[in-house]
Parts: sequence; C-alpha cells; structure tokens
Amino acid sequence: MESSFKNMTLVLLGISLVTSFALGAVYNLTKEPIEKARQLKKELAIKQVVPDFERLETVEVLPDEGGDPVVINKAMQGDEVVGYAVETYSKKGFGGDVLLMVGFLPDGSIYNTAVLGHSETPGLGDKMDAAKSKFSEQFKNQNPESFKLKVKKDGGQVDAITAATISSRAFCDGVQRAYDAVKKEGGTK
Amino acid sequence: MNQLENFTKGFIRNNPVLVLLLGTCPTLGVTTSAINGLGMGLATTFVLVMSNLAISLMKNLIPDNVRIPAFIVIIASFVTIVDLFMAGYAPALHEQLGLFIPLIVVNCIVLGRAEAFASKNDVFSSVIDGLGMGLGFAFALVMLGSIREVLGGGTFFGLRFMQGDGILVFVLAPGAFIALGYLIALINKLRKA
Amino acid sequence: MEYIIIIISAIFVNNIVFAQFLGICPFLGVSNKLSTSIGMGGAVIFVLTLATIVTYLVYQFVLVPLGLGFLQTISYILVIAALVQMVEIILKKVSPSLYQALGIYLPLITTNCAVLGVAILVIQKNFNLLESVVFAAATSVGFTLALVIFAGIREHMELMGIPKGMRGVPIALVTAGLLSLAFMGFAGLV
Repeated sequence: MESSFKNMTLVLLGISLVTSFALGAVYNLTKEPIEKARQLKKELAIKQVVPDFERLETVEVLPDEGGDPVVINKAMQGDEVVGYAVETYSKKGFGGDVLLMVGFLPDGSIYNTAVLGHSETPGLGDKMDAAKSKFSEQFKNQNPESFKLKVKKDGGQVDAITAATISSRAFCDGVQRAYDAVKKEGGTK
Repeated sequence: MNQLENFTKGFIRNNPVLVLLLGTCPTLGVTTSAINGLGMGLATTFVLVMSNLAISLMKNLIPDNVRIPAFIVIIASFVTIVDLFMAGYAPALHEQLGLFIPLIVVNCIVLGRAEAFASKNDVFSSVIDGLGMGLGFAFALVMLGSIREVLGGGTFFGLRFMQGDGILVFVLAPGAFIALGYLIALINKLRKA
Repeated sequence: MEYIIIIISAIFVNNIVFAQFLGICPFLGVSNKLSTSIGMGGAVIFVLTLATIVTYLVYQFVLVPLGLGFLQTISYILVIAALVQMVEIILKKVSPSLYQALGIYLPLITTNCAVLGVAILVIQKNFNLLESVVFAAATSVGFTLALVIFAGIREHMELMGIPKGMRGVPIALVTAGLLSLAFMGFAGLV
C-alpha cells in the first residue's frame, strides 16, 4: 500500500487498536488461572511446612527492622494452633529477593521450609531448593533459640552451599525474619 | 521452493542459532537444562508461526514506511499472549524462563523472518517457514541444554543417571559460552564435510 | 552505600553480558575493532540510561494507574524504538560531531535486548527512580567494559594460528566463556 500520511496513521492505529483489544481479552481470560496458580503454589508450600491442619488464620507482622510485612499463616486444628507457616523474604540474595515459606511448630522449632521464589544462580544458589540439594534439610527440627541461624563462616551453625555463601546467608536471613515475626506475634512459649 | 525443503531448512542448513547466529541471548540464558530449552524453543515457535501468519495476511495492507513498527506491534502482542498463558498454565516453567519470555520481542529471528520471508510470501509458505525456523531454534536449544545438563548436573531431562554434581561450570554462565562455541565449531565441520 | 553495591554488582558481579546473557548479538557483532566497540559502548550507555528513565515513568505513571501492567512488553518496545529514532534526529541537529561518533550504532540498539531487559529488570527488582537510573547507567558501563576488553582480545587473536573449525565465532564464544569465568571471581566483592 502507498505510504501516504493518512494510510500510515490509519494502519498503525488500526493494528494498535486490534492488538490492544485482543490482549485485553487474553488478559481477562488468563487472570483467573494465573491467580489460581499462585494460590495453589502458596497452599502447597503451606501444606509442606506445617503439620496437618483444618483451617488457616492469617496475620501480617511488620518486622522490627522495618521493610515489608511478613505474613504468618496460623495452622489451626480446632482452636489449637498446630503450626505457623510464615511467608518471609530476604533482600540479601545474590540475584534479587529470595522468597521463602518457613514452618514453625508451636514450640518455636522449624518444621520444614520451602522456597517460593528466587533468582539465584542456576547450579549454585538455586540449591537452596529442596529438590536440588540437601541444604535446606539441616534446618528441620532446629529451634532458632539455640540454633544460630548464620553460616559457619559468620560464626553460626549453618553449613553454607558450596560456592554460594551469599545465597545461603539470604536463606538464613529469611528464616530469621520469619522466626522474629512469629516471636513478635507471641507464638513461641 | 518446495514446502518440505522450506520446512527443513531451519534445522541444520540454515539453523537460526547454529548457522545464522541469531537469538544468542535466550540460547545462552535459558539452556541450563534441556527442558528449559524445549520450553523456550516452543514459546518462540508459537510467536514465530503466529506473527508470520498475521504478517503475511496483512502484507498488502501495511504501507512500506511503517512496516517495521507495525511488525513490532504484532510480534509484541503475540509475545504478551504467550507470557500470560504460560504464567497461568505452566507457572513453574514461566518462573524458570523469567525475563527471557518478554525478550522474545527483540529476538532477531522473529523480526528477521517477518521482514525477510513473511512480508514477501503467501500465507501457507510463511506458516511453514515459521514452524521450521522455530523448531530449528528449539532443536538447537534442546541440544545445548542437554549438553549442559548432562555434563554439568549429571541429569537428562531431569532424570539422574550419575551420582554427584558433574562439571559444575557447564551449568554456570561460562559453560554456556564454551559449550555453544564448540557446538558451532562441530556444526561448521559437519556442514563442510 | 546501597548505591555503591548496586554499581559494583551491575558492572562486575552480575555483568550484563557475562552473567545475564543480554546484549550478546552486538557483543559478538561489533567487537572486532577497539574503536568501534568504544563507539557502540558510548551509544549504549546513553540510550539505555535514557530508555530506562522513560520506560520507568511510563510504567509508574501510565500503566500502573490504568491497571494495564500486562501491556508492559508492547509499550516498552514501542517507547524504546521511538526514543532511539528521536535521539537520532535530535543528535543530528544539535551535535553533528556526536552524531558522527554514535550515529551508525543507534539503529542497532533498538534490537539490543539489553535495553528492553534492563527496563523490565528495574521493575522486577522494585527499584525507585534513582536506583533505576544508577542501575541502568552501571549496567551499560558494564556492557561497555565487556565489549572493550573483548575487542582488545579479538584484535590480538587475528594474528594467532587458530584451528580452521574454530575460527570466527566458535573461538570468540570460548574466549567469552573464559572471560565470564574470570568475572565470576568478582562474586566475593558483594
């Protein structure tokens, strides 16, 4: 077609209009599945990190040192709290924020952990994921009251992932933040 | 040119990654495992086929001077569609590929095929061309992904066949460059033989 | 302090070419000669920083208020393409000498995935405007550094006896791999 000003404007405008409508439609179509997928992932993570429960009660706690709130999902069995699944984060990751789900028993010990999202280096830092290495297992059944949540290099008790000290530190930082939040909420006796 | 040749040219003879050296960024970035390479390859194939189809349909409607911006808008919308569907139905893969999904927009293969092929040929050949080029791209990505996964992690498509860690450097950034370098050298050798 | 960490991490630790795999095409394409690589680097620093500022503003003040976050990719690529064209026209009028130095590289930048990549990354990383600018500038400096080092090595490589099959791109990629390995040594800095 001829490249007159009128033609060019009309065609570009037409294409933009059609594509925006198409994208709007696709967005509305996929909005629900995307939200569902996110929810599902969260629910699976919660189920992994606390013992069986009947229902959840959710509270947000602001960390003492500032920053974004930490979400505590109290796992309830009847009226009794059987565990805390804490959505926590660390800003100290190597490639960006590290998002974790950390589960505590009512006595304050760690039941299990799950990684919700990270952008750590594949092959190194991503070993924090339980599917990729045994790193996260050392946290199980430890009570942060006595178990020092720092890598051994920093005087703690955590064996860092080989060649990924920064990612390991971020993991510890996230777990610590979760523990502090539970404590602040009056969870541990 | 017959359609069979049109389809197969993207695999070895004119492979977009290994011979034409287009789209190296996603090639290096996502191939830490074979399955990631496959996912990225198929996502790109979809965008290629759809944009080739749309552009060859509209080639007579688009004035010559605004051809490139028009192509970019069309490609970008298909990329967004892939992005949204993947986030909804394959969230784990979407997370793994991350930034490289929106970056399909600037993958030179897609715009290159739109400009060099779809804007000059009929609809059917354009779709075949997109499919062939896309699968050729996917093929290269799976190959590189397999090499890196096997050597670096001792697994293949997630299946472990070896104890221990493997040669870690192949999963890391330097391994991507080195593996692709040797793969291209090998293809060069094969093509000349 | 925070900004220093962003700068060091963007230039050395998470170098855009060697660790993030963005901008590989121009990295392999225009690294044959030291002088062209410096020109390309300058153009990228200029456009990438500018594009990040503009796309950041578009995202925060247009897309977010309207709830159109899903149009991010499409609007960014259009903004970047238009911006590159504008920069080209303005440079030609205002500073012909600068245009002569950077001009031929400008059209190549639209398809440089580093520009779009950084624009999306600053949103993903939740940076504020100032952090975004610092990050974008440092990232493009990192790109230039990678490009210049690589061009220097390639200039020397032309005089070497390289096996036939490895000549050209394969040896360039292997060299880039070794450089990337060297850059991994910076990981301890942060």
